[in-house]
Amino acid sequence: MKQLSTKVTSNGHGQDSSYFLGWEEYEKNPYDEIKNPNGMIQMGLAENQLCFDLIESWLAKNPDAASLKRKGQSIFKELALFQDYHGMPEFKKAMAEFMEEIRGNRVTFDPKKIVLAAGSTSANETLMFCLAEPGDAFLLPTPYYPGFDRDLKWRTGAEIVPIHCSSSNGFQITESALQQAYQQAHKLDLKVKGVLVTNPSNPLGTALTRRELNLLVDFITSKNIHLISDEIYSGTMFGFEQFISVMDVLKDKKLENTEVSKRVHVVYSLSKDLGLPGFRVGAIYSNDEMIVSAATKMSSFGLVSSQTQYLLSALLSDKKFTSQYLEENQKRLRSRQKRLVSGLESAGITCLRSNAGLFCWVDMRHLLDTNTFEAELDLWKKIVYNVKLNISPGSSCHCTEPGWFRVCFANMSEGTLDLALKRLKTFVESTDCGRMISRSSHERLKSLRKKTVSNWVFRVSWSDRVPDER
Amino acid sequence: MSADKINLLSKLAVGDKHGEDSPYFDGWKAYDNNPFHPEHNPQGVIQMGLAENQLCSDLIKEWIKANPQASICTAEGIDGFSDIAVFQDYHGLKQFRQAIAAFMERARGGRVRFEEERVVMSGGATGANETLMFCLADRGDAFLVPTPYYAAFDRDLSWRTGVRIIPVECNSSNNFQVTKQALESAYLNAQETGIKIKGLILANPSNPLGTSLDRETLHTLMNFINDKQIHLVCDEIYAATVFAEPGFISVAEMIQEMDHVNRDLIHIVYSLSKDMGLPGFRVGVVYSYNDAVVTCARRMSSFGLVSSQTQSFLAAMLSDQIFVDNFLKEVSKRVAKRHLIFTEGLKEMGVSCLTSNAGLFVLMDLRQMLKDQTFESEMSLWRIIINKVKINISPGSSFHCSEPGWFRVCFANMDEDTLQIALQRMKHFVLRHRENKKRKSFQENLKLSFSSMTYDEHVRTPTLMSPHSPLVRT
Repeated sequence: MKQLSTKVTSNGHGQDSSYFLGWEEYEKNPYDEIKNPNGMIQMGLAENQLCFDLIESWLAKNPDAASLKRKGQSIFKELALFQDYHGMPEFKKAMAEFMEEIRGNRVTFDPKKIVLAAGSTSANETLMFCLAEPGDAFLLPTPYYPGFDRDLKWRTGAEIVPIHCSSSNGFQITESALQQAYQQAHKLDLKVKGVLVTNPSNPLGTALTRRELNLLVDFITSKNIHLISDEIYSGTMFGFEQFISVMDVLKDKKLENTEVSKRVHVVYSLSKDLGLPGFRVGAIYSNDEMIVSAATKMSSFGLVSSQTQYLLSALLSDKKFTSQYLEENQKRLRSRQKRLVSGLESAGITCLRSNAGLFCWVDMRHLLDTNTFEAELDLWKKIVYNVKLNISPGSSCHCTEPGWFRVCFANMSEGTLDLALKRLKTFVESTDCGRMISRSSHERLKSLRKKTVSNWVFRVSWSDRVPDER
Repeated sequence: MSADKINLLSKLAVGDKHGEDSPYFDGWKAYDNNPFHPEHNPQGVIQMGLAENQLCSDLIKEWIKANPQASICTAEGIDGFSDIAVFQDYHGLKQFRQAIAAFMERARGGRVRFEEERVVMSGGATGANETLMFCLADRGDAFLVPTPYYAAFDRDLSWRTGVRIIPVECNSSNNFQVTKQALESAYLNAQETGIKIKGLILANPSNPLGTSLDRETLHTLMNFINDKQIHLVCDEIYAATVFAEPGFISVAEMIQEMDHVNRDLIHIVYSLSKDMGLPGFRVGVVYSYNDAVVTCARRMSSFGLVSSQTQSFLAAMLSDQIFVDNFLKEVSKRVAKRHLIFTEGLKEMGVSCLTSNAGLFVLMDLRQMLKDQTFESEMSLWRIIINKVKINISPGSSFHCSEPGWFRVCFANMDEDTLQIALQRMKHFVLRHRENKKRKSFQENLKLSFSSMTYDEHVRTPTLMSPHSPLVRT
């Protein structure tokens, strides 16, 4: 075994985490409405399967793009040979404009500052290679996407130091949490190179508030470090507030074209907003020429297939399509989320109030035997093996409080979602916790609602948003 | 660069270990600034530095036309769209893996079997080579690489991995074949300086040599690595371009006859970029006989998966055995034809190449044209060829060749007419150069001997020489 690298022999790939184990269990016994109605329902996969019909009908109307033609002439050879790591100019232009549209055209993206990558998985890793030496650290608010342990650390040698967020304020990032994380890094003798946030957040399903974004920009300014904003879910914002990007904040603070703006980088991908994870389309956006240059060279290790670039540049250049798509996508996500939330409520379960993403951050603390991660894992096992739902335990997302679970809602049909909710309700009612709930369900729900409302009020009072409708 | 800047970004970002400041890329820039076009820019630079296979795209186009269902975007294939669009499993589509394994078998004449479970995707061979380094070596460890080698190995193997390359010098006295002595000597030297060698990596067929390894050399290599218990990585990206004896012998074939070699040490890199001429589609493969490496490489493939749209298309095309067999036959045939036209054309002007049987290029021998046998002279000659002759070719030094005067020239990335124009330009240049040399040495002799009677017209007015001049006889 010593013939192989430490990357093979260690478990830095992070795949021993429960996040991935749940997937493996699902693979062994996947639900199928007809062939396997008692199988496991996959609710651990943050996929957007709600809008394929829109893309398919676009394809039917656009045969040229669909069959690698331009003005009726085959451009197969041109595409087959195109491996320029600068990417297809028309594709980058289309990506830039799509990103602008998602942000209400309030900010502009220069296509020359976009670097394409094989998914945001590759984009995030590449940024780490460009910003951090082995042993340097990035601060990440918890809970965070489990794949970051692999993407940011595994082959780069970088470290993650958590910024602890808690349910007491809806898991928002606070100044003291930032400072604490920074000091913790120092205690561990790690040089902090930056902060990385996902906005909207995975697994929370919430967009960062303006207050948090201002805080982050001020923080990285004062510490002279980087800020990476992974905005992969920016097009899934279904709440009635508008999505505030870190680019909005730079503009509002008049920091565009300053040294600070060179340290703010956005990561994007079409895997969630367009539901095309298989096509491996990721992007880095940076105002720092040196980073764009280095990342472009590194993209050689994971370019986007030219066939895919061509197809999507046509799709995204069709503004009629993109505006219709974004609106419809948001509508369908909102409706799905509501379905999940009300289904959970009828089982006496609440969620963190969310306005984006393909999942909810579900509060099952009251179902734990004890307020421990062991109890969380026990509950998770019951839900996976007995209830046959694959959901993701908060511990796999590095949440500091046991009892939270991420439950996805956009990767199955409505019928499947209803079935999943039914199974969960049955489980809750049949367990001791369930019995407790059904006895005092009304009281519990009332107090849970109060808590949720106070969280909501807390969030609203900190932001300048118009409150969401119930 | 300010000290602040250096601290803010990583060494990788600010350094030049990506190797793109090498002359290998300068030639490309010259081409990019002034690209040849038969109508729009007939005086432009002809690109002969790009090892692309443009010879068989017609066959693929025909297949695509006849098989609209292979695309998930056409009316015939749209039913598969949503399943494929969400498919991001790093195992890859099973049909794709099977099709790739089958293609790799056929490219080796059906003499070996490849298991589809061992086929791991990567972002081109670029990604595959880097991934293998991450799996087989830690930062500071080293891999032996016979010279001359593909210029971008410096980036692919070392840049982000921190793995060192230890060159194993080969030279023209035996046609650049790698010898046991050279391997042992490089290994020993490394050991003595405390460098840990984790393996040997080479391309077979070789870039830039254009030669495939014979059985004897393969035996030597495999015994060497087995003896030292170090890894062997064979980049077989040019497998299907072999057109002459000894044919292509893959390390996969050798494993079958060399039972005693530890299979856990053997790894193959493959890609469709050269054999099929599809570099834009980014299809790389890591094929390892070591289970732990397969598992790890597969996890790492998350950083460079093949687009599912591409996987799905290729799964259909490469499962078509009739198409594949015909395609492989044609690739070999067409590469052979191009090779012949080019090498014969060079021979006519007195320029020889390393005898080759594969690849999309030849290694041209211009040692006679160097002012002296130094790399500075090689660079001067190269600059003249780019700027005056207007052909982008790759100097041997960019491939870490130990002897100056060798140049890699690609012949499969343009149409035949353009190739002929390039040959004409070369001819013009070579003959003029020869005449200049003759004149110089004649003038030197003239100082010594006044009795020379025959004053050659051509020699007096070398600039009047044209390729069409009746005086040119080659």
